[in-house]
Amino acid sequence: MFDPTTLHLLAVGLWETLYMTLFSTFLSYLIGLPLGLILVVTDKTGIRPMVGVNAVLGFIVNFLRSVPFIILLVAVIPLTRFIVGTSLGSTATIVPLVIGAAPFVARMVESSIKEVDAGVIEAAQSMGATPIQIVMKVLLPEARPSLVVGSAIAITTILGYTAMAGFVGGGGLGTIAINYGYYRYQSDMMLVTVLILVVIVQLFQEIGMKLAKIGDRRIK
Amino acid sequence: MNEIIKLEGLNKTFRSKQNTVVALDDVNLSIYEGEIFGIIGLSGAGKSTLVRCINLLERPTEGKVWFDGKDLLTLKPKELLETRHSMGMIFQQFNLLMQKTALQNICFPMDITKVPKEQAKKRAMELLEIVGLTNKAQAYPAQLSGGQKQRVAIARALATNPKVLLCDEATSALDPTTTRSILDLLKKINRDLGITIVIITHEMSVIEEVCQRVAIIDSSHIVEVGKVEDVFLNPQSDMAKQLIFPAGRRTAKFGGGRTLRLVFDGETFAEPVIGSMVIECGAAVNILFADLNKVEGKTFGQMLIELPDQEQVAQRMLAYLELHHIHFEEEAHHV
Repeated sequence: MFDPTTLHLLAVGLWETLYMTLFSTFLSYLIGLPLGLILVVTDKTGIRPMVGVNAVLGFIVNFLRSVPFIILLVAVIPLTRFIVGTSLGSTATIVPLVIGAAPFVARMVESSIKEVDAGVIEAAQSMGATPIQIVMKVLLPEARPSLVVGSAIAITTILGYTAMAGFVGGGGLGTIAINYGYYRYQSDMMLVTVLILVVIVQLFQEIGMKLAKIGDRRIK
Repeated sequence: MNEIIKLEGLNKTFRSKQNTVVALDDVNLSIYEGEIFGIIGLSGAGKSTLVRCINLLERPTEGKVWFDGKDLLTLKPKELLETRHSMGMIFQQFNLLMQKTALQNICFPMDITKVPKEQAKKRAMELLEIVGLTNKAQAYPAQLSGGQKQRVAIARALATNPKVLLCDEATSALDPTTTRSILDLLKKINRDLGITIVIITHEMSVIEEVCQRVAIIDSSHIVEVGKVEDVFLNPQSDMAKQLIFPAGRRTAKFGGGRTLRLVFDGETFAEPVIGSMVIECGAAVNILFADLNKVEGKTFGQMLIELPDQEQVAQRMLAYLELHHIHFEEEAHHV
């Protein structure tokens, strides 16, 4: 089965999967990181409590998170067409991926930031730090190891989503698994794509954990 | 003397749906420039809230907070942040940035006030020298002991040349030896840099060791303020008595002998008085309570002793004490 055509197919699939995963993760963080920070900062125990803003954002995040991704994929097709021009292929899949993953990333970021010791924040306040200085110079640097671990989890989750997008022609390894492994009963193709996905997940997870550990000054 | 901090009619009430907690009730306090002022009380008395009202980490519900001639509650948010640069604060749990080295931690407040990097680094090295940690500049907090962490925290609090250093239970997480060395450092900072220090603690020994004046706080009220030696030798409030003579010890029962309270008010002794008295009179005394401190060679504090039952010996001992100019008074019998 590993003729050049199949290998090429798998290579393209792998590339598309990585492209979708990394690009969607990047965009999800672009939205989710500030969103997560705002959720912490505007909390009623936060450094700049704004109960209304917090409630509205919290509701939006929960709403998007409660829509099953497979439904979201189909539901946002009009929006995807509007932004990308088509609803097929890996670039088009990035739209639902980001909509699905950004709220998830926001919650991950929120929980990482909340781990920062309240005493350290109080110390910064006693020095006259502004809320923005506290975010940039205390919250983000102090939460860095936890944020890195969170990003490894986010990236592997998004990878799972890209495979799901294969059902609606999203491209990547997911599409190959569906088209060849499922519709054409080529179980060896199914097995190979799944194996590749397993290896990628393991790699991202391991690299993420290592990076978090290397950057953490609380140990040793 | 100049009042650097003045609290007027301070009131702080925490309200939640379930209940209302009055943390501070009509607190009036003046702290003078250059002094080391102690605030002591049991946990829950309101002392942490009180110190946070000084730099407005907590906003009082009522009252006024004066700092260096400014009414803090009328300041705009930006002015308040600037004012905080003249007030350093250290904490029980040190509150250092765990992902930054000691040097970076000390540079942090200067980073906030936009001091140029090189200048900040130079100042941080000077501060590390003051706190005796020049060799730990590149160490992370996780690599430092509790005492070293507090030294870094002190250096960090001094980085912006504050006029006041607020210490919230700064020695409560440290062992007695380390506590003493940190208190010595605070004394040195007060003496050499002229920084006013406010110390919050629940330990009387901390107050005795460093403070010139003390306020005693009991269930949200200031019940006594005065010079440490006055409060220590002649406590007026029940809380002061409780803090100076820990619960129960005074009312213990003893034999029929007379009980004397000896007061040491800064005398210098060439010989161990009580020991010599026992040898000279040929009879032992029962020491019921003693809390003595030697400060610069002088003895401060008090001691409760029970004299032997034989009246003759007791008389000789009284004579001995009088001869050696030791202040004493006879205690009423605790039966």
